[in-house]
Amino acid sequence: MDTRVTIAGVELKNPVMTASGTFGSGAEYGEMVDLNRLGAVVTKGVANVPWPGNPTPRIAEVYGGMLNAIGLQNPGIDVFVERDIPFLKQYDTKIIVNVCGKTTEDYVEVVERLGDTAADLLEINISCPNVKEGGIAFGQDPKAVEAITREVKRHAKQPVIMKLSPNVTDITVMAKAAEAGGADALSLINTLTGMKIDIHRRTFALANKTGGFSGPAVKPVAVRMVYQAANAVRLPIIGMGGISTAEDAIEFLLAGATAVSVGTANFFNPYATTEIVDGIEAYMERYGVEDVKELIGAVK
Amino acid sequence: MAQVKIEAVVKSQEMLADGVYSMVLSAPEIARQAKAGQFVSVYTKDSSRLLPRPISLCGIDKEKGELRLVYRVAGAGTEEFSRYEAGEKVQVMGPLGNGFPLKEKKAILIGGGIGIPPMLGLMKALDCERTAVLGYRDSQLFLKDEFEAFGPVSVATEDGSAGTKGNVLDAIRANGVEGAVIYACGPTPMLRAIKAYAAENGIECYISLEERMACGIGACLACVCQSKEVDHHSNVHNKRICKDGPVFAAEEVEI
Repeated sequence: MDTRVTIAGVELKNPVMTASGTFGSGAEYGEMVDLNRLGAVVTKGVANVPWPGNPTPRIAEVYGGMLNAIGLQNPGIDVFVERDIPFLKQYDTKIIVNVCGKTTEDYVEVVERLGDTAADLLEINISCPNVKEGGIAFGQDPKAVEAITREVKRHAKQPVIMKLSPNVTDITVMAKAAEAGGADALSLINTLTGMKIDIHRRTFALANKTGGFSGPAVKPVAVRMVYQAANAVRLPIIGMGGISTAEDAIEFLLAGATAVSVGTANFFNPYATTEIVDGIEAYMERYGVEDVKELIGAVK
Repeated sequence: MAQVKIEAVVKSQEMLADGVYSMVLSAPEIARQAKAGQFVSVYTKDSSRLLPRPISLCGIDKEKGELRLVYRVAGAGTEEFSRYEAGEKVQVMGPLGNGFPLKEKKAILIGGGIGIPPMLGLMKALDCERTAVLGYRDSQLFLKDEFEAFGPVSVATEDGSAGTKGNVLDAIRANGVEGAVIYACGPTPMLRAIKAYAAENGIECYISLEERMACGIGACLACVCQSKEVDHHSNVHNKRICKDGPVFAAEEVEI
């Protein structure tokens, strides 16, 4: 049975990876999960300089999901390159570095720093709903998506994955804009902007007022958007949004995703990623699927 | 060894005060490694509630492989826990966090409200002269008797129905409580006042913090507190309560 998939020329041993921000740089979950079993580890977003992130409370539970407004806290590219990449390099998995920034120059600086590192792929976060500047400001305007994609591509040594926001009127417009800018692949969906109010304290549950909604409750939205994007562009798609079981992951593959990211599920099941790897193999066994690539976009 | 997520079995459950429950779990893989001041993540059975509830360890019985959790019902998740009876199976991850450093000098253990239970675990673990100062809302003095087996106990109540009327610092002053090291867990305003008190009196002080958590193991960066210096891991003035704490030297955090 062949579980390998290829994203922009990079071969993954299986289509299961982690969603940025839910897995750190792998060190914490590495105590519980064999990172060698994952197709790739996608790191927490890293910027050119350290970011302190938002005030607490940064998360809130909602029905079937959660809100987060971490605010892209990160140690900056210098510490990341010295500490996190060497850590991940010890494992037989691909390294996908998520990149965040406030300006185009910020993104470019990080992408250039990563050029001579062991990072296999770059995932450009233009869709974080929790920072005032940058992030989503780039992700909701097709002209901006195309422009930043082109600029990042001009400076990147590794293939570039653009991570798209679901907080748009038409996901296919953004997917096409990224393709026009030269993206090598797409990731979707980032979180949906949400809000929770604490009726007892009569205040917002999050210090940031709004936060990104993730978890099993968002999965149908994500499957729909992956399907739409897969039918609008020729780029490989990394599908994510509420995946917590192998069945969820297979749904995304059938909708057109070449690989999948597991995010919020790590929080309620630290073993979710490897259980999904096992579950995909069991599904392939059950239905006599020789090559996982047969599943990609199989539902038209 | 590291934290593990296992299926624990409820051995007993009792209500200690209004909304405060004591649940004993058989969880040998966790109990074997656990120490006072650490916590566990407890998962609800209702899959609409995704995130684990972090609950401090009130007691650790390594021989029996049991953990005792004393918790307050604060919402639907802890309300579900309070309905568990002996034999119920529950998903638990732990042990999590760093735990209290055990200093060999006269200790003052201060607990406020639902910050009292982890101090009982510490009271048992310490092997030196120790005294407890416990702050309650009213005269439902849960766990007080159990502290008394290990040393003197002073009580403060908000309504004045038992002990000193007021807060734990009022009880410390009223009873002339003295020590060379303070350990404390409770609401942030209490910890802030204790931090100031310890600094004024030149007493070494450790405080246990809490915050909303998702992963419980240091990956998601939800439960941060502000650190005085740039933190080694975050490279900013943030420490992770779940992983770098929950116990901090009072002077290393801004609360």
